[in-house]
Amino acid sequence: MSTVNGTSEMPGQARSDKPEKVDFSSDQEIRWCPGCGDYSILKQVETLLAQSGKKKEDVVFISGIGCSSRFPYYLDTYGMHSIHGRAPTIVSGLRSVRPDLSVWMVTGDGDAMSIGGNHIIHLLRRNVDVNVLLFNNQIYGLTKGQYSPTSPEGAVTRSTPMGSTDHPFNPLALVKGADGTFIARSMDRDPKHMREVLARADAHRGTSFVEVYQNCNVFNDGAFEVFTEKASKPDHVLFIEHGKPLLFANGTKGIKLDGMTPLILNFSTGAHSADDCWVHNERDGFKASILVRLFDDPRLQGAMPRPFGVFYVADRPTHEEKLQAQVKRAKEVKGPGDLDKLLQGEHTWTIG
Amino acid sequence: MSINTKPPKPVEERSNVVILFAGDSGDGIQLTGTQFTGTNALFGNDVSTFPNYPAEIRAPIGTLAGVSGFQLHFGSVEIFTPGDQCDVLVVMNAAALSANLDKLKPGGIIIANSDGFDKKNLRLAGFIDAADPLTDGSLVNFQVHAVDVTKLTRTALEDSTLGMKEKDRCKNMFVLGFINWMFSRENTLAEGFLEKKFGKKPDLLEANRKALIAGYFYGETSETFTTRFEVKAAPLPKGTYRAITGNQGTALGLIAGARKAKLDLFYGSYPITPASEILHELSRHKNFGVITFQAEDEIAAIGSAIGASYGGALGITASSGPGIALKTEAMGLALMLEIPLVIVNVQRGGPSTGLPTKTEQADLWQAVLGRNGEAPIPVLAASTPIDCFDMAFEAVQIALEHMTPVILLTDGYIANGSEPWRFPAADSLPEIKPPFIAAREAGTPSAAEPFLPYARDERGVRPWAIPGQAGLQHRIGGIEKQDLTGNISYDPRNHEKMVRLRAEKVARIADRYKPIRLDSGPAEGELLVVGWGSTYGAIRTAALQLQKEGHAVAHVHLRHMFPFNKGLGPLLKQYKKVLVPEMNSGQLRQLLRAEFLVDAQGLNKIQGMPFTSEEIRVGILNTLKS
Repeated sequence: MSTVNGTSEMPGQARSDKPEKVDFSSDQEIRWCPGCGDYSILKQVETLLAQSGKKKEDVVFISGIGCSSRFPYYLDTYGMHSIHGRAPTIVSGLRSVRPDLSVWMVTGDGDAMSIGGNHIIHLLRRNVDVNVLLFNNQIYGLTKGQYSPTSPEGAVTRSTPMGSTDHPFNPLALVKGADGTFIARSMDRDPKHMREVLARADAHRGTSFVEVYQNCNVFNDGAFEVFTEKASKPDHVLFIEHGKPLLFANGTKGIKLDGMTPLILNFSTGAHSADDCWVHNERDGFKASILVRLFDDPRLQGAMPRPFGVFYVADRPTHEEKLQAQVKRAKEVKGPGDLDKLLQGEHTWTIG
Repeated sequence: MSINTKPPKPVEERSNVVILFAGDSGDGIQLTGTQFTGTNALFGNDVSTFPNYPAEIRAPIGTLAGVSGFQLHFGSVEIFTPGDQCDVLVVMNAAALSANLDKLKPGGIIIANSDGFDKKNLRLAGFIDAADPLTDGSLVNFQVHAVDVTKLTRTALEDSTLGMKEKDRCKNMFVLGFINWMFSRENTLAEGFLEKKFGKKPDLLEANRKALIAGYFYGETSETFTTRFEVKAAPLPKGTYRAITGNQGTALGLIAGARKAKLDLFYGSYPITPASEILHELSRHKNFGVITFQAEDEIAAIGSAIGASYGGALGITASSGPGIALKTEAMGLALMLEIPLVIVNVQRGGPSTGLPTKTEQADLWQAVLGRNGEAPIPVLAASTPIDCFDMAFEAVQIALEHMTPVILLTDGYIANGSEPWRFPAADSLPEIKPPFIAAREAGTPSAAEPFLPYARDERGVRPWAIPGQAGLQHRIGGIEKQDLTGNISYDPRNHEKMVRLRAEKVARIADRYKPIRLDSGPAEGELLVVGWGSTYGAIRTAALQLQKEGHAVAHVHLRHMFPFNKGLGPLLKQYKKVLVPEMNSGQLRQLLRAEFLVDAQGLNKIQGMPFTSEEIRVGILNTLKS
């Protein structure tokens, strides 16, 4: 079982006394392939929105292009299915003028990490208040099976019959590098965990970046099964919780930080216990930089487990707050714009 | 300041004068030019200016590549262009002379800083064997006044504690003072400017003021200059004026539009020459509800503007050719979404990086045709710095009232050029009414109706529902959408219908135009000159002259490049010949031929420099003869 603790209030719990759940589903038929991991994410998002007590009209979903980006059509909120990779740009403009809305961005590994890579890093450094859901399936699904920037090196796909020669991105390390203020990972096959992570993301002010491992059962089936299947999950998944030691393998193993180097401790010898382990502090930016680097190929002998949960949270003013504050200050100092004075400018002369 | 008046030198009256200041890009020539322009405008002259910069910020000193110029045409008569050829050429070094001598009229005046003509400067400027043109007799057809500006400035600042480098920076003020004397103008405006600029640095203020006065007195006392000039005030329409550049005009027109629509203005932009001044200007006016966003790239600039419009603000982006190319896909999205957006293209020489600081009109096809799919976007073009204001305002009107992206074309020539503007009163500008729709609160009768985001009014315009409005939740996107609902639709017939609906909507924008009007000339006759954009002044000057000489030549200047004014087709038929002068290979000409089956002829210049009116005049005469 996994839980996601946090210092912030969880909207889902706080508002559980609401009498009726609002149905956030739209009237549109969902057109993802049967068995796609996207269904699970959609369901958790709908549940969260219903629990959160938000009004439908105050919620906006912006997406780019790709399978995941069809997401906005399936919710009865405001939504824009924009162009490939550019959702962060739309979000930045929308947020600049509308700090009052709840804005969500749905993207995929190709959309966010490849064609939209530039925009993502700038969205993060500016700290635009938006919940970013990265559906990572390590493949281009909509274009039928080319390798993506998160596909592992050597991945054999329709465009790489001899294996991919590209080193993949570690998305959360990229996000940390761009000074993201909320960094989390979840998976489609663990709805409860996902819902809790999403609630935390929603509660955070600033760019909340949630990577969701999502299975593409048509073009990349089983890409994450080592993390999602019952048999292998305990040894490969490290659920991280604020204030708790990093434990996995049903509490029989843990992670210790030896200087800057994480090490696996096996408690079975009796030499170590949970007390020796690294205690997760999601406010520690330096340690978060190490935590996001726990990204071993799970097929390797002695591979580190992959962390899931909230890696890092920081409080930084949002971009739109700062923009709006400048407008407010300009109005205070100069007064609300007088169009006649503006047209007149600083120097005039009169003829006649 | 009080002017010491010895026996006054004779004053020669001129109706108009073209003066070109040229020097190293570090010589402060642009400042000399703008200050002299301001002084003349304030005096009551009509003025038109043309700054001409090198692309390099600081090319090596003394080289031809580093020459920066500022041309001013001022007069007691109406002025339409910065002038073809200049009467006075002020050069700070040999390279400035070498680069601009061909622009000086025969018999014209050269005022040269002789310090800038040493062996090294002469060699860099390409004078063979470093021969000095100021002394070797090669300028015999001009009136040459060599003045050691550097030395005179240093002498004037003998008492100053400033370093030599800082003293030499005051040279441009010496030149300004001298030119003020030469054209019977006072130093008052320049002094005021210096106080504002250097008020907190008294030693710099003092030095610049001294240099300014020294220049003035040099004219007064030096024996070399026997004549002063006087250009009387122009009979401009009564009213209050200010000077305005095209980029300022664009920025103010956009703000005025937003204000008249009662909307906040969001400007997403990425720095690019020659459009950046719009960003600078807008960023100064945040108290008007203006948000400026310097995006990470051109795509983010337009994407953010689309996002802002989606949120219910007026989204605007601007760039120049290469940046516009990057925005193309997003422009297609905006037209599919059918939301308001203004895209300004301050054109420069292309293709690719092209000539960043030079002007051209070669992005017309890009604006009208340059998108994937059937993607009609209205295209407007401004013809003068003042017209930039009017067209920016109209671009906002069309974008907001017709729910469409609109492209406004200006170019480097009018963007940087300035002219006196009898600015309008805010009240005289029309209100702008976007097709907002009321929210449908739960429990009210309207809440039961399904909201159809793509239902259209009689003009083909869809309603603008913005996030936060209850009962109007809807999804939009770049995928083809079902008529009325906006839901995704791959139905073949629906696609054709939507393509036609979008085209019709844009075509109907022509219904709002005022009837087409000739700029000058007879309603029918031998030849119609069809111009667009910044060629306006040169064409107007040439057309008026030819009409005076008795030619049946008329001039119409297009501001609506797409869709065309409905009166244009019939008008073209009233003349035996149609001539289209353009700073490109014939882009409007081809559009006219395609649309109206008219045998339009081209007059084309693709040199990064504007037409002279003489070039247009000769072009018209040649076409008349052919």
